[in-house]
Amino acid sequence: MKKNIIQVKGVKKAYKDVEVLKGVDFEVEEGGIFALLGSNGAGKTTMIRIMATLLKADAGSVVINGFDIEKNPAEIRTSISLTGQFAAIDEVLTGRENLQMIAKLRHLKNPSQVADELINRFGLSEAADRRAGTYSGGMKRRIDIAMSLIGNPKIIFLDEPTTGLDPEGRLEVWKIVKGLSAAGTTVFLTTQYLEEAEQLADKIAILHGGKIIALDTLEGLKKLFPPAKIEYVEKQPTLEEIFLTIIGKKGEK
Amino acid sequence: MESTSKNFFKDLSVMFGRSMRHIFRSMDTINTVCITPIAMMLLFVYVFGGAIETGTENYVNYLLPGILLMAIGSGIAYVAYRLFTDKQRGIFERFHSMPIARSTVLWGHVLTSLISNGISVVVIILVALLMGFRSSAGILEWLGVFGILGIFTLALTWIAVIAGLAANTPDGAGAFAYPIVFLPFISSAFVPTDTMPKVVRAFAENQPVTPIIEAIRNLLANQPVGNDIWVALAWCLTITVVAYLFAMRVYKKI
Repeated sequence: MKKNIIQVKGVKKAYKDVEVLKGVDFEVEEGGIFALLGSNGAGKTTMIRIMATLLKADAGSVVINGFDIEKNPAEIRTSISLTGQFAAIDEVLTGRENLQMIAKLRHLKNPSQVADELINRFGLSEAADRRAGTYSGGMKRRIDIAMSLIGNPKIIFLDEPTTGLDPEGRLEVWKIVKGLSAAGTTVFLTTQYLEEAEQLADKIAILHGGKIIALDTLEGLKKLFPPAKIEYVEKQPTLEEIFLTIIGKKGEK
Repeated sequence: MESTSKNFFKDLSVMFGRSMRHIFRSMDTINTVCITPIAMMLLFVYVFGGAIETGTENYVNYLLPGILLMAIGSGIAYVAYRLFTDKQRGIFERFHSMPIARSTVLWGHVLTSLISNGISVVVIILVALLMGFRSSAGILEWLGVFGILGIFTLALTWIAVIAGLAANTPDGAGAFAYPIVFLPFISSAFVPTDTMPKVVRAFAENQPVTPIIEAIRNLLANQPVGNDIWVALAWCLTITVVAYLFAMRVYKKI
């Protein structure tokens, strides 16, 4: 069995009187893609912010890459990288300058070389010297993820990486995420799209009511549900019917 | 934290380089912090100046300190705006989740404010020289002038940090600067206070801008500065300390 690179136990967090996390437990295996599923406001972002050392939990323990988040937040920061819900790029700087800036902040020896490599890898050479503010949503997200890869962190947190992207941008991000995992990086992502979790994740956790109510592989989760029924329908389904069928099939409970 | 603190200056220079680029790439900022004050100076000297009695032979000499304070006052609105965008775009979060000296995220902005305002002050003084500004001040007096302007900038910068971090909209972030830009008008910046009505005069003579302007004006004219410089320093330092403490409190919450 693989080593658990993230261990979260009994994490609680409340904002004033509202309890968002009511004792969250899960473990993430090294090198895999772990998806945290939940509806809006379920506390996915809160959980990511706690693990990224941005927010202190009220109770519970978080151990990442062997470091306790209370005692060694600085060491955790060297092991992780965060890509937040909105592309955190400097829109006044060019794509290249954004990458170089992060490389310098990670104290790498060759910031320009690091930037060049990522620009090639992400197919951004045409846009690299334009201001990032002029990029499309998909390109912003690509630069954003590229910035997170600088310094080869062991774990990458992606908070709703495809929210707001068009289908093409979404596919691009999926490809990147699969590539990361193939290269040995642990990917922790949150999503509200079930299809995304289904496409990408080795393990899926469902966060609901402040707790993890299910945690398993896709195969394992499917066993929790009654087998899908086969129905014969005469007419062509409308998009709405397709949507509702999918929701009905996977979104129950 | 040991590993991050030794990189303080490296990280700070990256942060500084970044926000200086923001200034030089924003025509609007250059316009506000440099061109507008110069235009004001031209307007006051060549249009209104002839009719203004200040008791000095050279109105540019009289006017310059006030113009410098206005330039600084309008420049710091952009500090608040830049901080606000960093907070809103998630750039703070990215930096804070990285292994860098955390305080450089804020100090980069503060340093940028000091240096960029320093640059616009120098440019305005050079233009004033072309317009006939002359000073008999020695090196010590000039150091005094830049010292006061520096602390004044620092005081306003920390106010800007509070505004930028606490604001909910970009307009809100910059709104605090309007009264600050306006303060020099109700001071001895453009005309001596003794022609003002009693109440206005009382306000003008007791608000922080007047002693700052008087101190700078006397330093530039190589005249004794009297109490003004201490009153000016007391104002600036108090505002700096109080604003800094509040700014740090707000910063910790984000």
